[in-house]
Amino acid sequence: MYGLFLRHFYLITRSFPRVLDLVYWPTIQITLWGFISNFFATHTTYYNNAVGVILTCAILYDFLFRTSIGFNMLFLEEIWSRNFTNLFIAPMKIGEILTALVATALIRALIGLIPAVLLTSPLFGISILDLGIFLFFLFLSLYLFGITLGILVSAGLLRYGPSFENIAWSTMFLLAPFGCIYYPIEILPEVFQKIAYLLPLVYIFEEARNILINQTVDIQSIYNAFLWNGVYFVLSIVLFYYSFNVAKNKGTLINMGE
Amino acid sequence: MKNLVEVKNIKKNYGKNEAVKGISFNIKQDEILGLLGPNGSGKTTTIGMLLGLLKPTSGEIFINGQKLEGNRIEILEQINFISPYIELPKKLTVKQNLTVYGKLYKINNINERIEFLSEKLRLKGLLNSITGELSSGQKNRVSLAKALINEPKVLLLDEPTASLDPEVGDFVRSFLEDYKKEKKISILLASHNMNEVTRLCKSILMMKDGIIIDEGNPEELISKHGRKNLEEVFLKLSRSKNELN
Repeated sequence: MYGLFLRHFYLITRSFPRVLDLVYWPTIQITLWGFISNFFATHTTYYNNAVGVILTCAILYDFLFRTSIGFNMLFLEEIWSRNFTNLFIAPMKIGEILTALVATALIRALIGLIPAVLLTSPLFGISILDLGIFLFFLFLSLYLFGITLGILVSAGLLRYGPSFENIAWSTMFLLAPFGCIYYPIEILPEVFQKIAYLLPLVYIFEEARNILINQTVDIQSIYNAFLWNGVYFVLSIVLFYYSFNVAKNKGTLINMGE
Repeated sequence: MKNLVEVKNIKKNYGKNEAVKGISFNIKQDEILGLLGPNGSGKTTTIGMLLGLLKPTSGEIFINGQKLEGNRIEILEQINFISPYIELPKKLTVKQNLTVYGKLYKINNINERIEFLSEKLRLKGLLNSITGELSSGQKNRVSLAKALINEPKVLLLDEPTASLDPEVGDFVRSFLEDYKKEKKISILLASHNMNEVTRLCKSILMMKDGIIIDEGNPEELISKHGRKNLEEVFLKLSRSKNELN
């Protein structure tokens, strides 16, 4: 019995990502639900005239989540199936690998999204299509951010190997409190607001609420979301190439399948 | 015959650890070169560098006259690799896996190529089987088919018959001999099976602690070291202090 305890104790203490994982989830859950509870306690009438705002934001967030996790899954699948080395010795440029994963992640996300969108109308009498033509821009922006996170996590997997896997699952949850998915940005402490404004998410979800509640469109918010998306997307590509070169120096690519 | 692989004084350091300490060798067209050495001698690191998965700390590698650095994609089109440590996606059928890799290697006549390889490697009845449900011997033959899908000029084999029963092992060895003769390809064979190396290789490199400690054909090495077979030579060299020729 003590031996089995020791087996897991050694594993946890030898792996920083595992320790981080233990601390990370409770902290994120408490932070996120703390802000949500705080918001509903102080703004009880906020959503009165816009039934479905929460559900719409939930669908938008799920699309982001599916895109990001979908991208990570494609990469992780190759590691789990020990096919990773086969792929990286095939004559494909890094850009071709990324493009293929980006396109496949979109298809995966749409397969999950379409039934959810279709179900909201008969079940709750709500249609996400109420967002009109701007729904396309919001989805496009979320898709860009989702794959950006996917590329960043994949860069981490290349650099650190499979032990980075836990981080792959948790990136979306880390950003959730800052994304202001279910509450307006004002509910965050000032220092958190400053961080939130550096992410495209806050512009996307604030704008979704603005369209549904106020029936107006702030083009500047959509523009800001795309601007930050562009910055992070370029950064993720640069980091992926950098990680690939580091992996070639450190030998991560040849050991990934073992 | 010309050299299809030229390795010139390559070194690989992982921090302060020198995994490969400046080795040079060539592999001629229509030649199988054996790469022997105890675990940790630098064989996998050397193969990793030949595949472009590892960047040498210094030195140069040429494949079919082209320098690997700067021509990685063009060179990867001409080489392939098989190892028991890497597998094909388990949920896909054999044909799906071969088709995927046919596409990745930009093969024009994929179906003809799969037909040819499945005939040669006794895979005809397995093309629609799920790869993960195959036996070790069947999976090994599928991996070999994948490694030959692009008609490589250079084939890198890391323990290609490990965990195979004697019959399948013999089939794979015979196939490799015939295929090499027919296509005039170069093969680098890393193996711990000394009978296999004796049978397939005309030249052998013995590695230990990141350097080549001896080389020659199997008979020469056996006679030079006064041993009965290659396994005894391997044991002698593995247990001795490093000695350069």
